[in-house]
Amino acid sequence: MSCQCGSASKDERFVKIDQILDQNGRDESFLIQNLEQIQHILGYLPEDVQAYLAEAMGIPLSKVYGVVTFYSLFTTEPIGKHKISICLGTACYVKGAGEILAEFEKQLKIKVGETTPDGRFTLTACRCLGACGLAPVLNVNGKVFGRLTTDDIAGILAQFE
Amino acid sequence: MKSIEELRAIKAKKIGDVVSRNEKGVPTINVHMGTCGIASGAREALTAILEEIETRQIRDIHVIQSGCPGMCVNEPLITVTMPDETPYIYMKVTPEKAKSIVVRHVINHQPITEWLLNREK
Amino acid sequence: MEFYRTHVLVCAGTGCTSMDSRLLRQNLYEEIIKRGLEKEVKVIETGCFGFCNLGPVMVVYPEGTFYCQVKPQDAAQIVEEHFIKGRPVERLLYQHEKDTANVVEMENIEFFKHQKRVALQNCGLIDPENIEEYIAQDGYFALAHCVKDLTPMEVIDIIKKSGLRGRGGGGFPTGTKWEFAYKSQADQKYVVCNADEGDPGAFMDRSVLEGDPHGVLEAMAIAGYAIGASKGFIYVRAEYPIAVERLKIAIRQAREYGLLGDNIFGTDFCFDIDIRLGAGAFVCGEETALLASTEGRRGEPRPRPPFPAVKGLFDKPTIINNVETFANVTKIIRNGWEWFASMGTEKSKGTKVFALAGKINNIGLIEIPMGTTLRTIIYDIGGGIPKGKKFKAAQTGGPSGGCLTETHLDIPIDYDNLIAAGSMMGSGGLIVMDEDNCMVDIARFFLEFTQEESCGKCPPCRIGTKRMLEILDRITTGKGTPEDLDNLEVLANTIKSSSLCALGQTSPNPVLSTIKHFRKEYEAHIYDKKCPAHVCQALLSYKIDPLKCKGCSLCARNCPAEAITGKIKEPFIISQDKCIKCGDCMTRCKFGAISKE
Repeated sequence: MSCQCGSASKDERFVKIDQILDQNGRDESFLIQNLEQIQHILGYLPEDVQAYLAEAMGIPLSKVYGVVTFYSLFTTEPIGKHKISICLGTACYVKGAGEILAEFEKQLKIKVGETTPDGRFTLTACRCLGACGLAPVLNVNGKVFGRLTTDDIAGILAQFE
Repeated sequence: MKSIEELRAIKAKKIGDVVSRNEKGVPTINVHMGTCGIASGAREALTAILEEIETRQIRDIHVIQSGCPGMCVNEPLITVTMPDETPYIYMKVTPEKAKSIVVRHVINHQPITEWLLNREK
Repeated sequence: MEFYRTHVLVCAGTGCTSMDSRLLRQNLYEEIIKRGLEKEVKVIETGCFGFCNLGPVMVVYPEGTFYCQVKPQDAAQIVEEHFIKGRPVERLLYQHEKDTANVVEMENIEFFKHQKRVALQNCGLIDPENIEEYIAQDGYFALAHCVKDLTPMEVIDIIKKSGLRGRGGGGFPTGTKWEFAYKSQADQKYVVCNADEGDPGAFMDRSVLEGDPHGVLEAMAIAGYAIGASKGFIYVRAEYPIAVERLKIAIRQAREYGLLGDNIFGTDFCFDIDIRLGAGAFVCGEETALLASTEGRRGEPRPRPPFPAVKGLFDKPTIINNVETFANVTKIIRNGWEWFASMGTEKSKGTKVFALAGKINNIGLIEIPMGTTLRTIIYDIGGGIPKGKKFKAAQTGGPSGGCLTETHLDIPIDYDNLIAAGSMMGSGGLIVMDEDNCMVDIARFFLEFTQEESCGKCPPCRIGTKRMLEILDRITTGKGTPEDLDNLEVLANTIKSSSLCALGQTSPNPVLSTIKHFRKEYEAHIYDKKCPAHVCQALLSYKIDPLKCKGCSLCARNCPAEAITGKIKEPFIISQDKCIKCGDCMTRCKFGAISKE
């Protein structure tokens, strides 16, 4: 990573990071909170962002990287415009979430964890959204769809351009 | 909060609103909005209810949101409590059903039994 | 503004209009004018009342008299009798044959009848975003009682006597845990609420936080008073955005009302609470891992002792209780330990919340007294298995637990009986499975979960679960060997006895329990290469029934492996060598001629 000191204006992303740090705090115990909010704004956590954060919080980069890679919430790769999370909790699994996932993989022609080449969808699996009463369920950009069958999938995809 | 008396005063002020919501003589519509409920359309039902109340200019009605009563499979659930009556729990409430419930149950006092959860089989 | 003594609302909806409501309105106007009532009675058109089958309908206010099936020629009578003489026209009144007889009190519905709501008492009843509604339900009175009337040790004593045990999984006596922390000397202590509900299939903590967040805050403050802590943290999953939002609102309100903060109820007691978000790691449900994560580090567990009650968050004495445990605390203080101890079994007091899910009719969240049988839960509360299928097993304790079978239907459910049955209470997920679920597949599912969630710190868990998963993968794809079962058991017992934390120690439980109760199913996979429940794809074979096949070729044209051949209008055949078992043909066949076995 190159030094930013000489550049005329500071990277816009880092300005936002500074704002988050000012709000939450720079103590190590706020690391997860800070990362979560940064990812919320930037969509993912690339290496230079992690390095900047480590510097700003005064903790080793290895520690930041260790936390980022430990928790499934964080991603170091850019994700698609729409994030599809299919719940693979027990209740959903028992009710056929595996088939739903397979159908998405078939229709989007990607595997779980991947993003479509046009950057439209990222397909992920998650653990229990806590909406077991509607199993099987999935979440697209925060909206939960429940009581799914494989027939519903084309319709759901069509809703997201 | 400095004393229990303050707490008691709040309790006295609010008590009519809660458990015995009907004691005040005001109908209450309680929309159960947990994650399950919202995912299955509780928010849309709530909006429809508020719209219907607005359209019909109903005053003296209490619309509240609360947590999950536990019967996720029948979400969205809403509970309608008319003064001095057993609460009626409606299940799988769509916006259309919600509007009808306001009109038929709250205004016209005619519960729609086929949509009720607490109905004798 | 003009004042009318009577308002007449005539429905002008489509339904009523088609039944001459317009003419009715016209006639009413005329009659009213004829009798000189136009300054007293106002006729208003309204939208549909939703009573179209009884139209035309009209309502007279202020009395609220509801007339239905009113004909235009009835107008004169209504004006004469009702508006002038004040006597409603009986024959047109809606017959109030209300179905009240059909409506049952909530507590008499089968689903609620067997339940006893303690932790969930306020869920679905009060507005979680309004602290005053909570106070109206006696909220914060327990805290007031504690800080004003009781010593910390007296509070702990009440909790101890109540017999409350941790609802998060382990079942450790809550009062004893508090006492340890109380006796630890330190300048700062912490109260942590574990809301990292990791068991996939359990959602009671979410429901409590969403429906009654103040109940948790109040209990945490009580715990803070009891152990001598002034700071609390709620560690909650980021996957529960609504719960997080309502908690934030609740904390803000509690601070505004002075129920959190300095000098609560005018005493020396100060207590405040902050939220920490979990970032999606199952292991963070383990208390030492949770503490590491709260401190902003990787959620890796550490060996105990020292226990958190001695050396916890930031190395200070800390108690960690689960959401449901806290939800019971306020009620115990309010109603007395005797009340709480009167519910449940000898060693498991009170109630337990279960998340009922899977193949069961009434999926939902239930709270039952300890000691209720599985039969009551599944058949009375749960309403039985859908589509008349047969009950096969119920999994409790999530990825750390085991399954209960038909033989366990009548044992009273409590901590100890579940352990004796080879399962555990866990956080309360209860997944019901029917004859269509393959138990080997379920065991594989749970192991895949724990394998993926293993933090990697200790080898038995990191490597052992991986090896077990490989064996299960072999078995479910028809490559299992007779030694596999023995190897699974040896591995399982090694992992159980040598893993660092509860995640590893309990991870083999689903496998051991399914081998114990469903050994035959494992053997069918290994020896016969068959999946009796028709779940494991690789062990299925698709067949075309020549009697039902019309020879339309739809399946053959769509088969991605070109495994189906035949002549038009003659039965087609699937070549088992080429078939990749995708099942596409079966979903496409319009004649139901294709089956799997």
